[in-house]
Amino acid sequence: MIELEHVSKVYSTGAVSLRALDDVTLRIGNGELVAVMGPSGSGKSTMMNILGCLDVPSEGSYLLDGEPVAGLSENRLADVRSRKIGFVFQSFNLLPRTSAIRNVELPMVYAGTSNRRRRAQQALERVGLGDRTDHQPNQLSGGQQQRVAVARALVTDPAMILADEPTGNLDTTSTVDVMNLFVELNEAGRTIVLITHEPEVAEFAQRVVTLRDGRIVGDERR
Amino acid sequence: MSLWESARIAIRGLRGNTLRSALTMLGIIIGVAAVIVLVAFGNGLQTYVAGAFGPLANQIQITKDQQVTGAKDLTDADVRALRSPSRTPAVAAVNPSVSGAASIQLAGGGQVRTSLTGTEADYLEVANRELVVGSFFDAQQATNKAKVVVLGPNPVATLFGGQAGEALGEQVRIGRTTFRVIGVLAGNGQQDDIAVMPLGAARSYLLGGGDVVSSITVRAVSPEVVPQALEQVQAVLDQRHGIREPQDRDFSATALQSLLDQFSQVLTIVTIFVAGVAGISLLVGSIGVANIMLVTVTERTREIGIRKAIGARYRAILQQFLIEAMVLSGVGGIIGILLGIGLSLGAGAVLGQLVDEFPAPAVSVGSVVLAFGVSLVIGLLAGGFPANRAARMRPIDALRHQ
Repeated sequence: MIELEHVSKVYSTGAVSLRALDDVTLRIGNGELVAVMGPSGSGKSTMMNILGCLDVPSEGSYLLDGEPVAGLSENRLADVRSRKIGFVFQSFNLLPRTSAIRNVELPMVYAGTSNRRRRAQQALERVGLGDRTDHQPNQLSGGQQQRVAVARALVTDPAMILADEPTGNLDTTSTVDVMNLFVELNEAGRTIVLITHEPEVAEFAQRVVTLRDGRIVGDERR
Repeated sequence: MSLWESARIAIRGLRGNTLRSALTMLGIIIGVAAVIVLVAFGNGLQTYVAGAFGPLANQIQITKDQQVTGAKDLTDADVRALRSPSRTPAVAAVNPSVSGAASIQLAGGGQVRTSLTGTEADYLEVANRELVVGSFFDAQQATNKAKVVVLGPNPVATLFGGQAGEALGEQVRIGRTTFRVIGVLAGNGQQDDIAVMPLGAARSYLLGGGDVVSSITVRAVSPEVVPQALEQVQAVLDQRHGIREPQDRDFSATALQSLLDQFSQVLTIVTIFVAGVAGISLLVGSIGVANIMLVTVTERTREIGIRKAIGARYRAILQQFLIEAMVLSGVGGIIGILLGIGLSLGAGAVLGQLVDEFPAPAVSVGSVVLAFGVSLVIGLLAGGFPANRAARMRPIDALRHQ
């Protein structure tokens, strides 16, 4: 369960302050595949940062998997990210000059998990890259890199996979591949939150939340 | 996140940019090696000086003080008094000498003017000299005023073309007397223009002068009792010359030890100074490490962001970058130590071949430990600031970095 209660985020630079999120309340249940949509400046990125525990709300509370997250220290937030969240970024964000399997192992290194090699291998097989484990990011296509990133996100068995514009840098074929992968993972019971501005990507989700000017203006289930 | 994991990540980070890592290490390598080599050469020089002049350390040199008007000459009676064991228990030997100049002529032609020393049988030991060939006169010959002479390298070069073997046994005329050459001294670079003969012979046949001696060399029982020996010598001569106050003394008695101490102190200062200069290059090398770590952190901001996003805590990032800096300076330090020791030994061997009696450099354990310790501390300091900066970065800021 992901529960945002009256969450606001205010950025202040000197005299000017910007309310990037304004009194947002949102619940996402386990096993949902939710797309968060909105034009640029709507507060999508702020929402993503707060959901991903990369930032803390100015007001309101955030319960992730029953655990209150607002007001945690940097180190506690790092632990929450390590245990409960798997990230997929628009620009893949794999470590350069590092093989696919080492990239997938990395979250387990920081979490102190055992059997890392075997679990990383399984995660790469799960995304269909079992034969590319020793390839470095620059030897893989965009779609393949994003699948390595998905493997890295799911290898720690997180409560939520958080994908920020995951298809923004991909061509149409790779987009469909990656979105199908998310749908498969969701059907296997994973909670997935997609941040996107592409309606065709949102098509894959069962629920679409729309943001505008920091407020939720639409919450539609299909 | 164990230290071992951090080390593995750090080493992978360094290997990702081998050339840069190697160049950064080069600064530390040169600094550490320079410190070790220069201290080794300084040490070698000090050991050499101690070895070369060590035998002089228990000597006291006595001469008449020419600046005092009416100063009494040093005489055979003074020498006898100094030899009295009850009055000078700290003195082991007393060696008087007379000196002048003389012309040496060869029967078959050839002539050289040289300085002349008349002394006793223990001259070699007291003056710390050696013979290349032949023998020195003995106590018997000294008492009998035997007409024998030991030549220094310069007269041998002039008269015999440097062939010490040819000089041996030859008859030479000095003044109006014929002497037999019984030995040739090895050169010491200072007193090579010399001929040495029994004290009595020098007085009787060449210099005259009654019972006057030009200088007296006193050897203390050991270097430790030189101060006591000096006091005893001064007491004997003060009494004999009727001196009441030290400032009225008409002779000078100098312990060579104090000169040696001063000399060795100067050498120590020079060594420290030179090592300090080498230390500056170590400092420059460490600034290189700090610089590269700062560049690395900036350049890898995005990587830091990724690592933090997927769960790396402050400590994990700090450890990674600290270990990178420590590995750079530590490995650089080890290579520098090996290079420094190798250069010291190698240069010592080569220069020893090229230059006669070149003082062999001696690597000091202290300089190795110090240089390595300094390079590790440098790694810690030079890496600490950039590593802390990296670890404090907020993941959202770091991820936004291009």
